[in-house]
Amino acid sequence: MTAAFSDSFPLRPTRVHEACGPGAYGFAALSAAQTTGPLMWVRENWRTETLNPVSLAQYCDPSRLLMVQAANQTDVLAVAEEALRDGAVPLVVLELTQPLTLTTGRRLQLAAKDGRATGLCLIPDGMGSNAAETRWRCTPVFDSSDSTLMRWDLIKNKSGTLGVWHVRWDQSAHRIRVVPPAGKRPGSTPAPA
Amino acid sequence: MWFPRLASDRVLRLRPLDGPFALTLKQNNANRLYCLNHAAEQQGLHRDMPFADARAFCPDLQSAQADPMADQAFLLVLRRWATRYCPWVGLEQKDGLVLDITGSAHLFGGEEAMLAHMRQRLMRAGLAARIGAADTRGAAWALARFGEGVAPPGNPLPALAQLPVAALRLEDKTGIALQRLGLRTIGDLAKAARAPLTRRFGPGLLLRLDQALGDQPEEVSPLADPPHYGVRLTLPEPIGLFEDVMAGTARLLDQLCAKLLAQDVGARTLRLDLRRVDRDSQQVELRLARPLRDPHRILPLFERGVGQVDAGFGIDQLRLEAVRVDPLPARQLNHVSVTAKSQVEDLISRIGTRIGLENIQRFLPADSHIPERSFVVSPAAWSEPGSGWSSPRPRPLCLFPPEPIAGYGPRPPRHFRWRRMSLTTARAIGPERIAPEWWLEDDNWRSGLRDYWHIETRQGRRLWLYHTPQSPGWFVQGEFA
Repeated sequence: MTAAFSDSFPLRPTRVHEACGPGAYGFAALSAAQTTGPLMWVRENWRTETLNPVSLAQYCDPSRLLMVQAANQTDVLAVAEEALRDGAVPLVVLELTQPLTLTTGRRLQLAAKDGRATGLCLIPDGMGSNAAETRWRCTPVFDSSDSTLMRWDLIKNKSGTLGVWHVRWDQSAHRIRVVPPAGKRPGSTPAPA
Repeated sequence: MWFPRLASDRVLRLRPLDGPFALTLKQNNANRLYCLNHAAEQQGLHRDMPFADARAFCPDLQSAQADPMADQAFLLVLRRWATRYCPWVGLEQKDGLVLDITGSAHLFGGEEAMLAHMRQRLMRAGLAARIGAADTRGAAWALARFGEGVAPPGNPLPALAQLPVAALRLEDKTGIALQRLGLRTIGDLAKAARAPLTRRFGPGLLLRLDQALGDQPEEVSPLADPPHYGVRLTLPEPIGLFEDVMAGTARLLDQLCAKLLAQDVGARTLRLDLRRVDRDSQQVELRLARPLRDPHRILPLFERGVGQVDAGFGIDQLRLEAVRVDPLPARQLNHVSVTAKSQVEDLISRIGTRIGLENIQRFLPADSHIPERSFVVSPAAWSEPGSGWSSPRPRPLCLFPPEPIAGYGPRPPRHFRWRRMSLTTARAIGPERIAPEWWLEDDNWRSGLRDYWHIETRQGRRLWLYHTPQSPGWFVQGEFA
């Protein structure tokens, strides 16, 4: 685990990244906290889960958010490509339900490059596209003293090494802190062998 | 020109029927007749009669609700039609038009011929109309309401002398008082001494008389034509290439935006009609996220729509109309850069042409403790970003419809299954009691009070559970980041 967290996060701009796992919403919210300016969130309108802007307020200002409800995944991709290419929105979050083909993934990458914007696809587990710059698996972790601890696995990285980090959100300082994994923290008892 | 049965004629034009017909309007909590057709008047019904009485007199009376706004709009349509006779047309109360036909009567072969022409046209359209023509507005009004025909030029008194004094546009009270004095006709009134009349009735009565006889001036004020935001381009040769159509659109857009600028408005919805050589026409509609009048910003938004048009054998007419406009006053330049904002608005418009403008939404804060009502979703094109987000207690980042889990009692279950996962409660924070908003009807909150718990499981998932003490049950409603 030699790779530095700061090499991979904040997400590399002008690229499209992927996040999966149960903590993907949190990952998107923390990524949004790293940017300024408007934020576009594209999703399919049949999904029953909704983002709660009241909770988003602790990471970034919900008034920055533009929610786009598209009818199907084709529309989601078209809207995201348009927004990425335009460059008016620095971060575009897409919620995907079906795997991307290499062509569509590559188109998103090119659009992000043209518009100098960052894209983040929230994907179901195991549906990653080969064109993604990085892929993160985010899982919340229980900790007796902290209720924001998350484990972020960098499981794909096109320009760098993989890594695993435990991070938590520091609300008062409004920033992400990387913490050593449980068992290696000062004061904690080592796990039984 | 007076339309005695404007409202009912308008409705009967749309839906012709035989027999007595009346429009009713609710006034002072009573349904009264508002307007009735000739057959209903023959049966002895009259205006302002209670509808129940009318039904009793005339059991086969058919009726409908009156719509005064639509009648007013219809009168404006008639006003526009009347400009075929003269350019100077104004409205006269709620059911009349006043035309200044000075200098245009000879085009129709004299006043009598012109009036006959009007009557014939209106009769064909199914409208009852009574038309009077005279030198003054007052005399024409009197003739239209109480007589018919043309007063001889020069002195309208002979034509008016036999009409009742009510034809002078007097208040009812004055009319009755004059009747009691024995002054029943305009002729009587004109012969009476003026000073006592003024002393008794004030200057208004004689003013009306003088206006009718032409001793006092009275002007006809025409209505200004509402601004029309439409331009067209007719081509000598049909075109079919995308670039050509866009070039034509650009030319029209320049003209249209100049018009919009002159009126201080911006287009909200634009429609481009492309008429083809075979008389078919194709339409491209464009809805904008903000009122706009910059041609260079609107033009790229048309590209998608125009690209989908089937040009057939070619397009020989382009017509661009701003269907909906919103006020857009000139704005002071300031030091804050506005380019970023307008860039986002252009993006919204462009996305809106693909998936519909109402599908691009913004969250606005709302004042409610109910989790799903603590924000409102509104279309980004019609709202401004709101501020004032606050939550007294942590809220989950992801909300979903409540999913039941097995659990008993007011304490959160130690082990439970949710979405086919077996979870163990490691820490529970709560309860936070939220009461339903009884003043709003909400089926989801029928189960009464909810005690919310923030549950951290040993497996990592942080869930938002609630317990309904009034109809016992446990549900998962959200997940924290």
